[in-house]
Amino acid sequence: MTADGTTFGNRVTGALADPQLKQALSNVRTNFVAKRAAAKSALPEWGDLSNQARVLKDHTLAHLDVYLEAYERTATAAGATVHWAATGAEARDIILRICQASGAKTVTKGKSMVGEEIHLNQHLEANGITPVETDLGEYIIQLRGELPSHIIAPAVHLTKAQVEADFRRIHTHLPPDRSLVDPAELVAEARGILRGKFLAADVGITGANFLVAETGTSVIVTNEGNGDLTQVLPKTHIVIASIEKVIPTLEDVATILRLLARSATGQDISTYTTFSTGPRRAADPDGPEAYHVVILDNGRSEMLGTELRPVLRCIRCGACMNHCPVYQAIGGHAYGAVYAGPIGAVLTPALDGVLAAKDLPNATPFCGRCEEVCPMQIPLPGLMRHFREQQVAMSKAPAAQRVGLGIWRWLALRPNIYRLAMRSSTRILEIMGGRKGRLRWMPLGGGWTRHRDLPAPEGRTFHDLWAERQRQRVRT
Amino acid sequence: MSAAALPNAKRVALFVTCLVDVFRPSVGMAAVQLLEEAGCEVVVPPGQTCCGQPGYNSGDRPAAIAIARRVIEMLEPFEWVVIPSGSCGGMIRKHYPELFAGDATWAPRAKAVAGKTYELTAFLSHVLGVKSVAAHFPAHATYHDSCSALRELGLRSEPRQLLRSVQGLTITELTERDACCGFGGTFAVKYPDISNAIVEKKTADVMGTGADLLISADMGCLLNMAGKLKREGSSVHVRHIAEVLAGMVDLPAIGEGSAPS
Repeated sequence: MTADGTTFGNRVTGALADPQLKQALSNVRTNFVAKRAAAKSALPEWGDLSNQARVLKDHTLAHLDVYLEAYERTATAAGATVHWAATGAEARDIILRICQASGAKTVTKGKSMVGEEIHLNQHLEANGITPVETDLGEYIIQLRGELPSHIIAPAVHLTKAQVEADFRRIHTHLPPDRSLVDPAELVAEARGILRGKFLAADVGITGANFLVAETGTSVIVTNEGNGDLTQVLPKTHIVIASIEKVIPTLEDVATILRLLARSATGQDISTYTTFSTGPRRAADPDGPEAYHVVILDNGRSEMLGTELRPVLRCIRCGACMNHCPVYQAIGGHAYGAVYAGPIGAVLTPALDGVLAAKDLPNATPFCGRCEEVCPMQIPLPGLMRHFREQQVAMSKAPAAQRVGLGIWRWLALRPNIYRLAMRSSTRILEIMGGRKGRLRWMPLGGGWTRHRDLPAPEGRTFHDLWAERQRQRVRT
Repeated sequence: MSAAALPNAKRVALFVTCLVDVFRPSVGMAAVQLLEEAGCEVVVPPGQTCCGQPGYNSGDRPAAIAIARRVIEMLEPFEWVVIPSGSCGGMIRKHYPELFAGDATWAPRAKAVAGKTYELTAFLSHVLGVKSVAAHFPAHATYHDSCSALRELGLRSEPRQLLRSVQGLTITELTERDACCGFGGTFAVKYPDISNAIVEKKTADVMGTGADLLISADMGCLLNMAGKLKREGSSVHVRHIAEVLAGMVDLPAIGEGSAPS
């Protein structure tokens, strides 16, 4: 159960019954999946590049302390103020204090999953500061008071018609005959509103896709250019990034950039890739007067020495969710966590504890497509299994599963009794299947027969037929 | 394809899988037929139950280890092991070595068994070099790759090449060839509504091909997709690849008894 009192089961039921969600999610399959496949096939060196990126990230994570300290030195030398936050609460407070010291009333925000992770907007609002999301998707979900449902496409769960309705509800200045049917018209409307916010903001907050140890640079990739306006126009720019975003060199950034947009949207590269090193210098035409970087741990350093370390290779491309049959069916909100999809199913228990989201690592058919498409080769199904094992070890698996598996184990280790049990099961199910050869309902199998028939067995087990064949062969 | 074509007859242990044992023994018999026609001597090691996958995937590692040890001991004496399933094949080939990683005694034994264990179509194609079968099976079919055969074992061309040799059989591919059917073992029962949403997309894809026969190489996927197609009132027949390759035309399709459906 999450803070809003809903369970995973409730949310799944709601999601599956929502026709607008179904329509919106169909875009995931047609857009992201097809475009990524085309981008990948156009890059013959994909496999090598992915190996290179994995090795690079593994190396960085193995020496994370060294690279973080190097980053702090180079960033500080370039005029940045680097802050370290062990927890989300610390990061929120650091950011709040910087905003208060700047006398901020309004802050603009570029898209940041870490910002979502630490619930930054709520904290700023509670302290009288108005955060304005400037990424179109984030802007839309902020209007709706929702969490992002996707790492790179926060409003992917919505149809155009729903966004239009939200705009008309909130942007009360809109004349009723103003057309908002075309996506470009929606963008123009948001852009018009945001233009004023960009100019009025006292502080701009962005995330970072990379922190470059070599140069003290933070890097963001966007398609809307909102990140640039967020960080260049206000007097103060705050970067919030988690520790695993550090990377040794600019060359290394280039390696991962080649995989990032292709995996995410199928673009060769995102429209904007912005490198920020320190505040505005005397000769710079623009830029912030103050440049702060808040580096968040929030449990990640504890993952370093464990089997969870590969999770920290994640570059937040979203390919795992785009290709996940479960995500495609239920969308991001049903996960009830900041991070949805396969990466959320491992990152959520990793950050919040094994029991915080018990269903997430369980609710997957282990189809393995997430691992297949992950450019950083994170063994997502294996990590989900790791959390299932922890739940079992803590005796927190569901009672029905414990009993069922207990019986199965007992039988599987006793072939003679197993044989008898299977002989009677196959016969009983065959009889229940009748002449149609299938069951519409079976005792203890309601989960199966709620939505599909159970094909009936042929009536005899293979092992009985085989034994009979062997006997006949001896006789003949 | 004949025994004479093979220089040395291979002695093959058939691990039939628990689902084939209970639900579709004909698949096991079809596998025996295909292997014998290719010149193998087929042995069915007694005492086989399950590969341990339900426990492994549910997080019950101790149960999976206990069962895997039994399976390893049982299969060690054989030169080759063949399984008519990508899922159980993947369990032994890929996951057994992981299960015993770091165990000085069992890791090498698990690895040795993994190395000689093959999914049926992989064994026919790669070890026996079978290029064609003698079967006649008139139908317009589509093929579902099980996730484990596709992604754990890397099998995509093997089943198709064998099916192409079946006389009378034409194949139209699914639109989403890489998509899961939503079975996922206990997932289908633990999260039936999500599983249903996934299999609905699969059956719609199947219907979209216009095929009258759906073929796959894993009993789990087949029970799931056949069960859904029958519930939807579809007339598409569902069969395991082994029965098609063995030409078992007269066997009622999965989920179809003696009565016309």
